[in-house]
Amino acid sequence: MRLIPLTLLAILLTSAALPQDTLDIDKILDEEMNQKKDKTELVEATFKTSRIIHGHSIENTAKGILDFKISHRFGTLNNGFYQLFGLDNATMRMGLDYGITNRLMIGWGRSTYQKQYDGFLKYRILRQANGVKAMPISLSFMAAMFFATDTSSLRNNYNIPTGVKMNTSDKLSYAYQLIIARKFSTDFSMQIMPTLVHSNVVPYSTDPNDLFSIGIGGRLKLTKRVSINAEYYYNIPGRKLEKMAGEELHNPLSFGFDIETGGHVFQLHFTNSRGMTERQFITETPGSWGKGDIHFGFNVSRVFQIGKRKS
Amino acid sequence: MTITFLGTLPVMAQDYLTRNGKISFFSSTPVEDIEAVNNEVVSTLNTKTGAFDFRVAILGFKFDAVDMQKHFNGETYMNSAKFPKASFSGKITDLSKVDFTKNGTYSVTVSGNLTIKDVTKAVTTTGTIIVKDGKVTAKSEFKIKRAEYNVTGEAIHERKIGQVITISVDCTYNKR
Repeated sequence: MRLIPLTLLAILLTSAALPQDTLDIDKILDEEMNQKKDKTELVEATFKTSRIIHGHSIENTAKGILDFKISHRFGTLNNGFYQLFGLDNATMRMGLDYGITNRLMIGWGRSTYQKQYDGFLKYRILRQANGVKAMPISLSFMAAMFFATDTSSLRNNYNIPTGVKMNTSDKLSYAYQLIIARKFSTDFSMQIMPTLVHSNVVPYSTDPNDLFSIGIGGRLKLTKRVSINAEYYYNIPGRKLEKMAGEELHNPLSFGFDIETGGHVFQLHFTNSRGMTERQFITETPGSWGKGDIHFGFNVSRVFQIGKRKS
Repeated sequence: MTITFLGTLPVMAQDYLTRNGKISFFSSTPVEDIEAVNNEVVSTLNTKTGAFDFRVAILGFKFDAVDMQKHFNGETYMNSAKFPKASFSGKITDLSKVDFTKNGTYSVTVSGNLTIKDVTKAVTTTGTIIVKDGKVTAKSEFKIKRAEYNVTGEAIHERKIGQVITISVDCTYNKR
């Protein structure tokens, strides 16, 4: 009868000694995937594309991607029915954005308004991330240069008489911008953009050449593919242009919809700004929402993969 | 006094394991070819019963094209937020063909259940078992109809993705 306790003891001992146990394969996969997750997870897609409406968003074009952008602005709605509420007066910008690396992008463009060429670089300094190395915000720096070639428009805006010769430097202006963004949730992102626009030539001798503004922009996703965007730049008093070509200048305010579908992003918007690049739309917006100087416009963005993505 | 405790021994559990098995899939249409690879597949093999078990994390599939991976994991296709894993449980139906103790290459038939997006369907396919120096490599290629697993998306993309997807398995197991 001593066999029974001995047997029980033996069972216990042998069960403990056996290396074979049923593997929980789900648990192993979870461990494997979590190990990857223990690394830092970068927050993606704060905005759908590299512009909110006119101004830059925190997004960069990814490495090897070419983004072809066509932007239209029509005339003001208060032009009335004869001008088809501004549709007859269209200005356009064609641009190409390219991702050199995942952090550095370059872009070029030409606007029909003032026949202006523009070029910019945008560099992602900080990337919002969750996980081990958490970062609450994304931070980018953008530097742009503008070269307006429509001298009659420039002479009109800057009070340069026809007799006076215009130098190349008179047609140049620059913009420097810090973009501080945060994706609060899958649906809501916001960013702040302190901006410096330097214009070599300004309308009045009392105007400063260094123009400061603070921008604020955001987007709210309505569905998987559609979001509503808004953008506003506040020109800092004392460091802004007041009047141009007889018109009082206002802060640019724009609202729009982003619709994303298979490689394209369509942006439809309403704005009081005439131009599409920083000097034009931030510092030289004569339109006023109150007076109905509202332009309808749209941007189309089409991405192409040029470089191969390194895995 | 030898007392055998065969009655108390648990059923022989999985004796071979891999944590970095490779599963890839391929779709071909006149418009474009799509390919993705997952090198983080966890799988077990029980050489006594011939039972295979695979667990695949959908997020582990890597694509060359930047946006394709995002679309693949998105709500429209794999919805990996809701269905993070795919799995296969089955066995070698002609296990007697394989001698796991001897180096060699063996053609086998595997039969089991494949679960994608919580839809389970029976799959039978042929495969190859390669035994070499204590490691076991299992290779197989089979086709599935993605519509059967609810992997369908918008009409605008449908002509770019084949209805039949070729899945390739290439896993090397180590003895535990």
